[in-house]
Amino acid sequence: MKIKDTVHFQWYKSFFIVFIILVCFLASATLTEASFYEVFENLDQAVAFLEELSRPDFSYLPKLVDPMIKTLKMSALGSLIGVIFAIPVSFLATTVVTKNVIITQLFRLILNIVRTIPNLLLAALLVAILGIGDATGVVTIAIFTFGMVSQLIYETIETIDMAPIEAAESIGANKLQIAVWSVWPQVMLNVLSYFFYAFEINVRASVVLGYVGAGGIGVTLSNALGLFKYDRASLIIITIFIVVLIIDSLSEAIRRRIE
Amino acid sequence: MKSKSILTNKLVISLLFIFLVWFCAYDIDWSKLAAFSWSGFGQTLAQLMKPDFTIFYDGSGEDILSLMVITVGIAFVGTTIGTILCIPFVLFASKNLWKGNTIIPAIGKFVLDILRAFPELVYAIIFIKVVGPGPFAGALAIGVHQIGMLGKLFTEEMELMDDVPVEACHAVGANGIQTMFYARIPQLLPIYASLVLNHFEIGVRSASTLGLVGAGGIGAVLVFAIQARRWGRVSMILLTVIATVFLLDVLTGIIRKKLR
Repeated sequence: MKIKDTVHFQWYKSFFIVFIILVCFLASATLTEASFYEVFENLDQAVAFLEELSRPDFSYLPKLVDPMIKTLKMSALGSLIGVIFAIPVSFLATTVVTKNVIITQLFRLILNIVRTIPNLLLAALLVAILGIGDATGVVTIAIFTFGMVSQLIYETIETIDMAPIEAAESIGANKLQIAVWSVWPQVMLNVLSYFFYAFEINVRASVVLGYVGAGGIGVTLSNALGLFKYDRASLIIITIFIVVLIIDSLSEAIRRRIE
Repeated sequence: MKSKSILTNKLVISLLFIFLVWFCAYDIDWSKLAAFSWSGFGQTLAQLMKPDFTIFYDGSGEDILSLMVITVGIAFVGTTIGTILCIPFVLFASKNLWKGNTIIPAIGKFVLDILRAFPELVYAIIFIKVVGPGPFAGALAIGVHQIGMLGKLFTEEMELMDDVPVEACHAVGANGIQTMFYARIPQLLPIYASLVLNHFEIGVRSASTLGLVGAGGIGAVLVFAIQARRWGRVSMILLTVIATVFLLDVLTGIIRKKLR
């Protein structure tokens, strides 16, 4: 860092950036009809809502156990299916094994497109195609996991040690054999750790998936909110929060042991 | 025999795995999927392949382009609110700013955890009550959620930062505020800017879903189109969302690379 790079010599640059951000903010604020005055004026509404949320109805807890377990099952199954499909595709999305740039770019483009669709929109689309139910949720989670984990796996494959590949090549292994015997053992544990990571994210996401009818505890939440039973809604959110916290620490412990 | 015990280990793990998969799968109602027909899916797919370009722009303000612009606006306002409001939380939650005091950072982190625990949809419902249905409710929902998200990441970066410049400032007699401005902020600003850009992109993605509950943006139109099974419209809207997110991804990627 030279003295020319310090704030005092670059102030016009910072000023310019701040100016641009300010203009963008004002434009967006008028676009979204933002009125911060209104927020403070009607804050009592939010306070009333939060008051109801702060009194969770614990007698409702026994009825939550079944949907919660179902949500966990859906997330686990969806994550597993997604990861299983992601493994071969991520092998195709790197040049390490195939040595083919066209296939790699094609698969990366497809994966990019899959990843850009927000999961709630994906769920809404799949509900329309497959119908309301838990199975739709599993399919949604699987597709969402597929997009997310594929990228993680192919980025891992690109960082592996190339020596085993060369060794396998020199004794005349074909591409499938290279993938199975030289690459897979090196990335296997990472894939397992990505599975737990995806599972964690999916349990969180399953809260909103139920909103469009894709099953799980989200359906219970959206029913509670629809009936203005905020004490139940808050209990559901607290339950999910605690379950996610437990899964978080569990998966972190498992991932640390794997690595 | 060592190899034998490895073999039995593998067998036990595989059996356990199969049992777990079966346990997860068996009481999920798959009958809906059984009713799924490939010909119907083919028809839907064929219609999805023909996006209805006429609705992209018609100057009415209700077309896809203007709704997408509003969606990006929601994300921008939300991310700005989140970025500004998360800073006090970060100051509370960062361990290295509270020498020896472990309770205050723990409380700060807990508050951030709670803010993150609520899904954006719930915030959207709260803010629709406060400011009425519209894009601003969505912006506030994203903003409050981003406080939790950005707050956590900002705190982690603050705790991971290099302490040498801070010590140097202390050594020449700088007080807390001076070390903040001359040692901490210059080091953290590029990282924070990159995180904010990343979350702006995430915000655009969530802003496009908040329309489901009436918080503005493109989501409402999409859900109506899906419910009416007007696949031409659906594919046009999805195409716009995908293109926008893709474009922003590339754009923020360029800016973030320059920040490094």
